[in-house]
Amino acid sequence: MSKSIILCGVGGQGTILASRLIASAAMKKNLPIKTAETIGMAQRGGSVFSHLRIGEADTPLIAKGQADLIIAFEPGEAVRQLPFLRKGGAVVVSSRPVMPVSAMIGKSTYDANAMLTYLKENVEHLTIVDADQAAKDLGSAKTLNVVLLGAAIRSGELGLDEEEIIQAMKERIPEKLWNMNLQSLAWSK
Amino acid sequence: MHKEFLMGNEAIALGALAAGVNLVAGYPGTPSTEVLETIAKRNPGNVYVEWSINEKAGMEVAAGAAYAGARTMVTMKQVGLNVASDPLMSLEYIGVKGGMVVLVADDPGPISSQTEQDTRTFGMFSKVPVFDPCSVNDAYEMIQEAFEVSEKHGTPVIFRATTRVDHGYEAIEVKDAEEYKSIKPEGFVKDSGRWVIFPRLSVKNHALIEKRNVELADEFSAYSRNVILKEKQPCKKGIATHGANFGYVKDTCKERDLRILRVATPFPFPEKLALEFLEGLDEVLCVEELDPVIERALIYVCGKYGLNVKIRGKKTGDIPASGENTLEIVDAAIAKFLGESKVPKGDALAAPPALPVRPPVLCAGCPHRASFYAVKMAMKGQKTIYCGDIGCYTLGNAQPLDMCDTCLCMGAGIGIAQGVFHTEPDTKCFAFVGDSTFFASGITGTINAFYNQADLTLVILDNSTTAMTGHQPHPGTGRTVMGQVVEKVSMEKVLRAIGLTTVETVDPLDYALSVETVKRVTAEPGVKAIIFRSPCIALTKPSGKSAVDPAKCIACGKCIRELGCPALILGEDGKKAKIDTSLCTGCTLCEQICPVKAIAGGTKNDTAKEGKANE
Ligand code: SF4
Ligand code: SF4
Repeated sequence: MSKSIILCGVGGQGTILASRLIASAAMKKNLPIKTAETIGMAQRGGSVFSHLRIGEADTPLIAKGQADLIIAFEPGEAVRQLPFLRKGGAVVVSSRPVMPVSAMIGKSTYDANAMLTYLKENVEHLTIVDADQAAKDLGSAKTLNVVLLGAAIRSGELGLDEEEIIQAMKERIPEKLWNMNLQSLAWSK
Repeated sequence: MHKEFLMGNEAIALGALAAGVNLVAGYPGTPSTEVLETIAKRNPGNVYVEWSINEKAGMEVAAGAAYAGARTMVTMKQVGLNVASDPLMSLEYIGVKGGMVVLVADDPGPISSQTEQDTRTFGMFSKVPVFDPCSVNDAYEMIQEAFEVSEKHGTPVIFRATTRVDHGYEAIEVKDAEEYKSIKPEGFVKDSGRWVIFPRLSVKNHALIEKRNVELADEFSAYSRNVILKEKQPCKKGIATHGANFGYVKDTCKERDLRILRVATPFPFPEKLALEFLEGLDEVLCVEELDPVIERALIYVCGKYGLNVKIRGKKTGDIPASGENTLEIVDAAIAKFLGESKVPKGDALAAPPALPVRPPVLCAGCPHRASFYAVKMAMKGQKTIYCGDIGCYTLGNAQPLDMCDTCLCMGAGIGIAQGVFHTEPDTKCFAFVGDSTFFASGITGTINAFYNQADLTLVILDNSTTAMTGHQPHPGTGRTVMGQVVEKVSMEKVLRAIGLTTVETVDPLDYALSVETVKRVTAEPGVKAIIFRSPCIALTKPSGKSAVDPAKCIACGKCIRELGCPALILGEDGKKAKIDTSLCTGCTLCEQICPVKAIAGGTKNDTAKEGKANE
């Protein structure tokens, strides 16, 4: 099996943990795995992305038009990464925008609804996750990454099933948080 | 052996441990930091590890231990090597007894650095052999070989990786702790003819180094990581590459038939192997990042042996002169090189709406925001220059704070402020420097300014950690990377010992007091210092978060417009302010500047106020 997956969002949103969970699950299946992460200044509220390649690959980076799946923590960031999606690939996106400071102080503009409309027009295989509703139902916005991961499993493009992700989660997350995370993973069912 | 999913830097650290490294020193800097952190975390118990005050100190500590026969490593980012260049240049002439690896992380892009300098070029300049890994697994194996080469030839070696290798992850096989080499250092053996650098020794050793590097070039020609991937059908074109680019070339050449040379040791250049690669070729494309090192070396080889092979790359404009290479750039360059007519893959997407602009910003509740804002307000209407420095606080340059007029390199802000003062004495000159940067390279500049009669205000932004690189301890924090609690070095005492008479410490989250302090201190003549002390928000737990009372808010927008805190957003009505509770740390800065006191509820952490977060 080989899968190319991109996770993207804004620094501080928890993309790295999600990428780690996918990697551990792939590793448990004895699949080769390579990833590339944004670490450094961009983690302070900048655009961040992870590239993951499951299966034999010469580099962790994914070329444009080659990603099977994009898991986006933010609508604008999904659009930014869209050129990497292959034809027929899937996008899982959180509906909740993160307003950049530059837009708040009037130095730039950001219309998040236009992003969602654009995604709907250009991506056939699209799952929009209502992050606000998820946070309300789950009582916390902290597990958005796991909610998105659940939706990614159900997109069929992750190449890993729910049980495999749960096993990886149990190894990485303290036991007292398991319940919360299991609920989050199942939320989009 | 067992399998682990590792970051490149973690793999390098585990490789060094497997090679029996006895001592590791370094200074944090993206993308190198995790190497030393991993050594500390995975220390089998017998490795001495330290975060040194700067790269020069780290290089000297590692050299001393290597004189005594220990295997040592010193870690830094590429610009850190500039700081450590003085000891390194001389050390190459003296040599080492124990294996010594200088781990330097280069940053094409640059993603988190000031320059795009190439440590391969530095290796050539300093005559130090250079290793250039191409993947996480390659780095793990290669660092062990680097120690062997260093010890065999009695020279320090440079192990330089780039961001994509340092911060790439891979599931790889690594040794168990029981399989680690055990190195028992012999100890320092006195021999002033060997360890004391004098002109007579230098000229003798210089000749030996040149001779050795010729031999090493031959040795490297047979080194298994310098490889030629042969073509299937006879061909006239070849690609020479290195590091992460080797992966890009292989990935984009799956359906192409070419001869490929991967150079793992750019210096001394494996000339014999290059000759074998060039045999029968008409043209070579060098796919490189940073400097055209391989390109120049191949041009030299062609000239030396009278070969008629055209060498293309950065010098011919076939590869971009700056920036990071991507799969697309490499693919397009190779297509052009082969004269392919490229059909673009997939349908072009419709043009997207304007994408959000997201430069990195200071975190919500960051005490630096409060410090900058206080100085800005206190100095309103006066002619000022705000010289910045390297750290999170460089982000103070962003709107709306706009409090960083210059930034050059570690500690430079103080000298720059001094230079501006001597040129236009009517400007109020400020140098902002972080705590770690002050210790790393701010003290000399302060003495220089003080002794040479400058008039400037030194503002130390003390958040009790090295925040930008992930919170490493420094001499002001009172703890070491080995977990010892030690006597802190007091910056107040250091400044007073230099001779400064005005040294004031204030909590920047007390807005009124901060503004008052800045006004009072800057009125004094000479060099004076304000220490804004409040811990990085990543070190404290927020307690009470602030909230806007919509009944009181008059929608003036002041808080949002002037502070630029990411937690301050517009409410549902699009006019009144609202606080994103998932981000707010309750720093209370916005509460203190709201003209109608519409914001309340934030409580600063008390341990934070006393600066005890680290203990
Ligand atoms: S108290 Fe105000 S300024 Fe401080 S973090 Fe919260 S919203 Fe930002
Ligand atoms: S400064 Fe006060 S009144 Fe003005 S927008 Fe902010 S909360 Fe409302």
